[in-house]
This record gives sequence, C-alpha cells and structure tokens, in this order.
Amino acid sequence: MRKERPSSRRCRFTLGLLLACASIAAPAKVFPRPQETNAKEESLTLSGEIGHSGGRLVISLRAEPKTLNPLTAADAPSREVIGAMQADLVHINRATQLTEPALAKSWKISADGLQYTLTLRQGLRFSDGHPLDADDVLFTFRVYLDENVHATQRDLLIVGGKPIAVRKLDAQTLVFQFAKPYGVEERLFDGLAILPRHLLEKPYQEGKLGQLWTPSTPPTDWAGLGPFRLKEYVAGQKLVLERNPYYWKADTKGNRLPYLDELVFLFVPSADAQVLRFQSGETDLITRLGAENFSVLGRQQRGYTMADAGPGLEYNFLFFNLNNLGENSSADLMRKQKWFRDVKFRQAISAAVDREDIVRLVYQGRGSALWGPVTPGNRRWLDVSIPHPPRSIDRARAFLREAGFSWSTAPNGESTLLDAGGKTVEFSILTSSSNADRTKMATLIQDDLKQLGMHVQVVPLEFRSLIDRVTQTKEYDACLLGLASFDADPNSDLNVWLSSGGTHLWNPSQTHPATSWEAEIDRLMEQQLATPGYDQRKKLYDRVQEILAENQPMIFLASPDILVGAKNSIANLHPSVLEPYLLWNVEQLYFRNGVENASR
Amino acid sequence: MTVPRKLTRWLIVLIALHCVIAAAGFFAPYDPVEQDRGRPYLPPMRPHLIDAQSHFHLRPFFYPLRLRQGSFDQFEEDTAKAVPLHFFTRGAAYPFLGLVPTRLHLFGTTGDRIYLLGSDAYGRDQLSRILYGGQVSLLAGLLGAGITLSLGALIGITAGYYAGWRDELLMRIAELFLALPWLYLLFALRAFLPLAVSPLEAFLLVVIVIGMVGWARPARLVRGVVLSAKERDFIRAARGFGASDFYLLRRHILPETASVLLTQAAILIPQFVLAEMTLSFLGLGVPEPMSSWGNLLATLQQYSVLVSYWWMCLPALAIVPFFLGYLGLASALQQRSAAYKIEEKSIWNPS
Repeated sequence: MRKERPSSRRCRFTLGLLLACASIAAPAKVFPRPQETNAKEESLTLSGEIGHSGGRLVISLRAEPKTLNPLTAADAPSREVIGAMQADLVHINRATQLTEPALAKSWKISADGLQYTLTLRQGLRFSDGHPLDADDVLFTFRVYLDENVHATQRDLLIVGGKPIAVRKLDAQTLVFQFAKPYGVEERLFDGLAILPRHLLEKPYQEGKLGQLWTPSTPPTDWAGLGPFRLKEYVAGQKLVLERNPYYWKADTKGNRLPYLDELVFLFVPSADAQVLRFQSGETDLITRLGAENFSVLGRQQRGYTMADAGPGLEYNFLFFNLNNLGENSSADLMRKQKWFRDVKFRQAISAAVDREDIVRLVYQGRGSALWGPVTPGNRRWLDVSIPHPPRSIDRARAFLREAGFSWSTAPNGESTLLDAGGKTVEFSILTSSSNADRTKMATLIQDDLKQLGMHVQVVPLEFRSLIDRVTQTKEYDACLLGLASFDADPNSDLNVWLSSGGTHLWNPSQTHPATSWEAEIDRLMEQQLATPGYDQRKKLYDRVQEILAENQPMIFLASPDILVGAKNSIANLHPSVLEPYLLWNVEQLYFRNGVENASR
Repeated sequence: MTVPRKLTRWLIVLIALHCVIAAAGFFAPYDPVEQDRGRPYLPPMRPHLIDAQSHFHLRPFFYPLRLRQGSFDQFEEDTAKAVPLHFFTRGAAYPFLGLVPTRLHLFGTTGDRIYLLGSDAYGRDQLSRILYGGQVSLLAGLLGAGITLSLGALIGITAGYYAGWRDELLMRIAELFLALPWLYLLFALRAFLPLAVSPLEAFLLVVIVIGMVGWARPARLVRGVVLSAKERDFIRAARGFGASDFYLLRRHILPETASVLLTQAAILIPQFVLAEMTLSFLGLGVPEPMSSWGNLLATLQQYSVLVSYWWMCLPALAIVPFFLGYLGLASALQQRSAAYKIEEKSIWNPS
C-alpha cells in the first residue's frame, strides 16, 4: 500500500519571509455584552482568561489568499485565513499537540481499530444561522472523496487503498469505517472543514465546486463553522473577517466566543515591510520572524512584547542530486554523482559542517542544531538516541580517505581534494535568493568545506526556478532547503520519506526504491501508518530517523525557533510551535483594556 | 591655479588611490575571506595612544571588544588588556600586486584581531574586504571603459571618416544600443549561462557586458570630431600629397579625437564602477566569498542590517574619493582642451 498526500498538506517549503498587516480604526464606544449562549446548545467551554468583547485585530499576510475554499486551498496564506473561518470534527490543540473534541463532542474507536463513532454537538449553526447536522458531515466527506473535485485532502481519506466509508446513525451520530487500522487515528479529522450542504449541494451537482469561494465571493454565499466569517475583501489590500455570532465555543462564564469583532488580514509581501508595519503599530501581531528582525524589534519594545516560543518544526538541510538520470545526465554531473552516492562522502560533509556556528551566526542562537529531521520542538517523536557527533575535520578526512579521496597541496599551501580519478572535488550549492538565512548557511558551509579542500560555489536562485531544477530538470549538484512539517505527527512528512513521494527531494517520485535503505524506510513508514498506538509507531519512526542519520541523504543542519511579537494589550496569547503560531486560539484573544485601546 | 597644475594634482590623487587598491594585500591586515566566527558584526575598533590610566604610548594600541554586561549586541572596550599594533608585520600570504608572493602587511597584531572598520556577518574584516573589493570594482570599471572607448573610437572613426551608408548603418545601431534596457538584458543573459560560474568568469562577464553596452555615446562624439576634422585644410593638404587613409587616420585624425576620448574616459570609468556595483548589488557580480563594493553593500538590503550595523554602510563611502578624483580630472581635461582651442584660435586669428 502506498499512499500519497499532496505536499501542500503535508509539508511546506518555507520561504522564511512572511506575514504583515495594518489597521484603520475600530469605532464602538460602548461595551456590548457578549452574547450568552443558548441553553439548548451544547457549546464547548474553554478555560482561559475571561475577556471583553470588541476590537479588531490586524495581522499581516505575506500574500493574498488564493482561495477561501478548503477543498482547493494549498498555499499557506489561504490555509491561515481558512483556519479562522472553518472548523473540524476533532481538533489538534496546537499548544498540547493532542487531540480535543471540536464539532464532535466525543468519539469512540472500536477494538479492532476499524470503526470510529463520532457524536456531534447539538444545536450548532453555520455562520449564516443554518443548523448543522449529520447530513452536512456526510455531504462533506462525499465531496472530499469525490475524485472529480480534486480535493487536496482526498488522499488522506484513502486507507488501505479504500476510501473511508461514512454512515449516519442518527442526526447526531456518524460511523466511519476503515479498511485497515489507521495509525493517525482521530488526528485524521483535524483540518477537515465541515462544509454547508445547503449552500454547496447545488454547485456540487453542477460540478462547479472547485471554482467556488474565492476571496471575492459575496459574504452571503459563504458559510462556515469557524470563529469568524467573511465580511469584506479588497483585492491587493486586505481581507476583513467579522465575528461569527453562532460560534459554538464559550468561556467559563458562558459568554459566546470569539471576543474580537473583526479580524483583518493585510497583504504585505516583504518580511521587512511586515516588521516596519508592526513596529509602527499598524499591525497587532507578527509571526515567522527572522532572528535578526526579532532582535531589531526586541531592542526597542514600545508597547509590544517579543517572545521566543522555542524550537519549531522547520528543518533545514543540504542534499545532493542522487537522481538516476541515465542518458540525460551530463558527464560532469555523472562524475560528481559518483561522490554524492558514496555514503562516506556524505558522512564526511556532515562531520565537517559546523552546526553550532550555523545556529549562532544565522539564528543568533535562537535555534537548534539538527542531526535528524525531527526537531527538539517535536518532543513526542524525537529520537533522542541519535548521536550528535561534534564537528571534526579529522573525522571528515578519515571518511574521505576511506572512500579513496586524496589531497594535493599547491605551492601556496592550499590543499585541494582529489577523487579516486585524480579530479578536483568541486560542486555548487543552490539556495533560495529570497531567503537570507539559507544563503548565509551555505556561505558558512562553503568555508567549512574549504578546510577539506573542496571548492564549493554558492548559487542563490529565485525560489521557483530552484524548485524547478530540483524536482523537474534535475540539473543541480547540491541544494540547501528547509521544510516545515504541518503537524508534529510523522505522517505529515510521509511525502518526504517515501521513495515515491514528490518531496523525496534527493531523488523524487521513484517507481522502485533506488537503495536498500530507501526501501527499508518505505517499509517502516507504511508499517507505522497502519499501526495503532503511539509506542509502536514511535519505535518504527525512531528506526526511520536512525536510518536517515546513518545514510545522510539529507545533511540536517539547524532549526530556527518560532519567534513572535504581539502588542501588550492583547490577552490570552499562547504562542505555539505549530502553525498558526499565534492565531490557533484566535477565538480567545481579546484587547485587555477594552475596545478603546484597540481603536487607533 | 593654471590648468596643467590642476590636472597634475588630480592625476596624483588618482594614482595614489589606485596604488592603495592595487596593493590591497599590503594595506589590508587580513585575508578578506577568512572568517572569525566568534566575532560577527563587531563594531569598528579605535586605535589609541593614551591608555585608560592616561599614560601616553608611542606605539598605537587598541582594546579588544567584549559584550557589555546584560546586553546581547552592545560592545565595550576591555581596558584590562591593551593589544599593541605592529607595523610592517607578517600575516596572511598574498601575491603583492598579483605577482610577488609575500606575507608583509602594513600593520597587524599578534593574538587579538583588530577590526578598524568592523566585521561582517561572518566575522570577516570589513577593511580588508573593502580594499580587495575595490580591486574587483575598479578593474571592472577600467577594463569596461577600455573596451567601450576602443569600440567607440573604432566605430566613430569609421562612421565619421567613411560617411555614406556606413555612417548611416553604424549610427542607427548606436541609437538602438542607446535605447536598450541593458539591465534587463543582463538578467536574461545570466539566465542562459551555466548555473555556477567561477569568480573569474563572473567578473569577465560583468566587464564584457559593461563594456559592450556603453560604446554608442563615445562613438557619436568621436564621429562628430572626425567629421569636422577631415574637412580641415591640413588634412586636405595631406590627402592632396597622396597620404593613404590609414596614414591620415593615424597621423592626423586620431590625435584630434584624443582630448574627447580622454575626457570620456574620465567620465566613463566612475560610471562603470557604479555599473559594476549595481550588478553586484543585485547579485549578478562576483560570487561569495569574494567581495566587490557592490556585493558588500548588498547586505544592506536587509532591514535588520541597515538599522543595526552602521559600519556595513562604509563601502558606500569608499567610492567617494574615486568619483571626486575622476570627475575633477574630467573637468580639468575639459578646461585644458578648451584652453587649447582658444590658444589655437589666437595663433591663427590674431585679431
């Protein structure tokens, strides 16, 4: 069984730059009483500070969301906006990284792991006031599973080669039937937005669902179950969401959430522009900050606070072109691939790279060195037994000597590494020109490898042409990239580790695993997918991490901390290392001193 | 001050500046690509003659910097330990003027490194990088101007002297070149070239591109001079005596264009240095770890660097004396040729 999920859902190339936003003015002079929840409604009560209603929160977004349609959203800005507008049956708490009830108030998994029974909350309504029942959920899964819709989530719902079967027991109860036990268990439901049947059934039958719900959709044609609903969209400028008056969460006093009246996403494309907007108070929150901008903002904290939420899930790595290009390959690349395929060569590079220096110089110490793909931020899945050998040029030289490399010394004392055929070892490393951090890493590695006598060139390339070279034309020597897992669960990176995966960067989309260790990883990843229970799966995934550390198809470098900033007036903020770093509990955020403070 | 004296003064200034850059290895205390990873973004250090106890020392010294207590980016001098500066010391090996391998440096220290103009993100000495970077930028400017002027002179003389259809054709091509958006052309050209180019290839590419795009303006100027020169009486006379085209061009016409070409050179060189800087600033010049004035400034594209480390702006100041020198030279040359014209006139028309 081989299952693929689109890379957009699983894994995301992080560009380093991101969000920003601005605000205009929130009028409102009186404190409206938060609406109290209806007794018949089974709302979810959240603990946390009790807040005041009102205010608008302004955030910047690195690009315009391409769509508001959860079925087709693949880009990060779209997902971020949709996250505030939609809700799922079971949700992963971004702070604890554990599942909690959402639209489903409870669930039960049968002993054989094949049947999940979910019970919906009673009395819930969509943001347009239409009630939610089991038929909406049935409709949602029918749409997700329909091949013609091309939903990005579809592959998630095919288990053991068969789509999940959904049955309705009564208006509140649903049964999900699996062909095979599924290791992800109820985490599966996270991020699967429940759609309004009353609005979408007709377009679905007409086959127009994929084109539906762009940002310019009139708000009356749109409905969701999230804390906010669509209000206004100004192309090129901003997207305004307003409070969903039917939202199903409440605070401990019974006040209906969310507290905020409006959520405004401003489109600010450059990271520096986002920093300036935040610094001038136009935006209330900032995330995805680089360490240097973080310390610039930290130097003069005027009315805002910066926080280091700790290591995130992004891992940066260097990898070599291990594609089997056959006759299409140039003689030059073939010669270099002989080195790249040698595990000793890769181990030598790994031994020569100074990861601590990368953390210190690139992330100003706000990051962690990596020897595997699982970052210290992912405590549940990190294999702590993976060795962390310190940098050693001597060890690197020993590896190279074993692999048949030798050195020649020029009259000026510079030594040059020669391969078994007496040719100079030189190659280039591609990096994304828009990511200063990765270019900096490559420059450090260039200097590290010079000490081994390797001549390395750093080639910053525009991001799209870089991805094109790595995944399409495969004309490159080595490349430095980063990936950020969508979720802490290993399945979110399935597409990277399976040899058939499109994000198996060093040799993507193979029909048969090229090496025995890749075959072994395939086997382990598929086995953990079908194994219920954390302990068993952890053991299998630990083995995957060990194989990766041993064979170094990627030379893992470092992981940056999640750095965020927020105005002091915002309460209930709990930065998480999972996306969306600050907005995951947007329904609980409020302005501490009431609405007056929020208006500018 | 008379014109020739002005000219000599500017020439001396320029020659001195170029010698400093040509002998960058001697004036730079360190290897420009050597990283000192323990000390990134160190602010410039001040050499002292008077120590913390107010004692005077004949030999200049400096205090190493350390992080101020409780701060993460503020430095202070560690007055406990004075590090003396040594002159004419031995340091990193380099070829003097690109030829003679040596280790002699103007100044240096033993132990702690001195950063007179601060250090960059990798702890590389900014002073050494500016001096070495000047070699790339100035050489690109000089070679580019050389190519441009040779091409311009050749084309201008051909067009002016032979006139007719050749003139028409060449001048139309010149107009086309004047209208080309060469920066975009260069981006396109770079996309066609192999991915990784060696520093030398990248440098030659920049020089050739700069040199090829600028010839139109000098060509038009030279053509104008040639057009008027070939109608002068002494040239007609020479032709009447049976002088060949080549003789006429070499002996009589080329010298006429000399003052135009010299003035153009003095204007074009700084322009081309600036062009190299623009290309490097945009990432099209010599690659890391080599430096040029343009790619030294490229780090300023980051907001955090711009507001945090003022000494990263210093490479921008390095070009100021060169520009002043060249523009002063250009104006002195112009004055001189104007003075000659007046002299000529007063000889031939004594009225």
